[in-house]
Amino acid sequence: MLNSFLFTYFNLPVMAEYFPMILEGFVLTVELAVAIVLSGILAGLLLAVLRSFRVRVLNFFIVIFVDVLRALPPLVIIILFYFALPSVGVRMSGFAATWLSLSLVLTAFAEEIFWAGILAVPKGQWEAARSTGMSFLQTLGAVVLPQAVRITIPPLTNRTIAITKGTALGAVVAVGEILNQAQTGLSHSYNPSPLTLGALAYLVLFIPVVILGRWVETRFAWKR
Amino acid sequence: MEQIIQGFFNIEIVVAALPFLLRGLALTVLLCLVVIPLGIFGGLALALVSTARSFLVKGLVAAYVDFFRAFPPLVLLIFIYFGVPFLGIDLHAFTAVTIGFFLNTSSYYGEIFRAGIESIPRGQREAARSTGLTSVQTLVFVIVPQATRNVIPDLVSNTLEVVKLTSIASVVALPELLYAARQAQSITYNATPIIFAGIIYLACLWPLVRLLSRFEHKKVALH
Repeated sequence: MLNSFLFTYFNLPVMAEYFPMILEGFVLTVELAVAIVLSGILAGLLLAVLRSFRVRVLNFFIVIFVDVLRALPPLVIIILFYFALPSVGVRMSGFAATWLSLSLVLTAFAEEIFWAGILAVPKGQWEAARSTGMSFLQTLGAVVLPQAVRITIPPLTNRTIAITKGTALGAVVAVGEILNQAQTGLSHSYNPSPLTLGALAYLVLFIPVVILGRWVETRFAWKR
Repeated sequence: MEQIIQGFFNIEIVVAALPFLLRGLALTVLLCLVVIPLGIFGGLALALVSTARSFLVKGLVAAYVDFFRAFPPLVLLIFIYFGVPFLGIDLHAFTAVTIGFFLNTSSYYGEIFRAGIESIPRGQREAARSTGLTSVQTLVFVIVPQATRNVIPDLVSNTLEVVKLTSIASVVALPELLYAARQAQSITYNATPIIFAGIIYLACLWPLVRLLSRFEHKKVALH
């Protein structure tokens, strides 16, 4: 009984055979995740900064953008980019579709979080900085953002972790990340050990990240 | 422009695909009605168990929570749907989705409830116990109601995520909204059903997003 269980889920020869494939997927997952985190957080910060200029028309569009991307399931956005856009002549690879979709989703969430952080900085800070002769941008960059970013770290970390886990959705549009490689391995070997290996790869990748998230939450907790 | 209307907003296709999409929506709603209460009760149970004094119990709950939060939900679902049948157990897609979602969402809800329970001052428990309530009564009548109220925004936010997450059930061929849209697209060779499914998600979830936004701004204003 135990033997057949091990043979099915922890079949060492099968695992050894598909290890290089899973490793390739691992590298691709990391690349995809890093690309998403960088572009998503930067774009989110940029939008929050733009929003602090309080241009009414612009802010209206920012709010619409953020709301739409928070309301749509990421998989729907990926499928839209990958399967729907070609019908108007826009084609992109699965990697590009996944990167773009998840970056946009992260942008929306990051913008909301940064904006909440900016609002949380007391008005007196703005006024004091401006009265010393600093310009609007100097105040924002040197006084407000450093304080705002500190309180945004815990929610931003958690949201970023949740969205990077979405890289697995790339499997649906043929991105050769961990899950896709594991599924290919499963269908070639007719043994679920590649899936086990894939699951282990995710644990190796995300357990440290989840623990980091917990640590960040206590380390940067809002002092009341 | 003509091409965009033909390809994305084709009225004839909407009319033809609508019954299909609505059936998908019905299944999405059903799925939500099953997985959300399960996840909430599972999470509450986890949080209550983690109030135990035993470090072993606390450690086990934390390990469960971190383990299932480390897996992308889709990976969990694929593992259950394609991996478990090798044990000789036949799993319906709906069952696989329910199990996968339970493992994933109960850990998230569990973390939220735990934070809520920890936010209640010790004095509340001591006061309740000193009036003669048992420890179970204290939890049920004093701690949990206050804890829940404190974390309502997080609960709503997580529930929104769960509703959105149901779209991954399409990967294991459960004919919910996204799956129905993909089917309709491949039958009609037209992307309109997918756009329309997106609009349906948007129409259902936008009010929730607005509500959350309001919660978030209120939280900031309190500081």
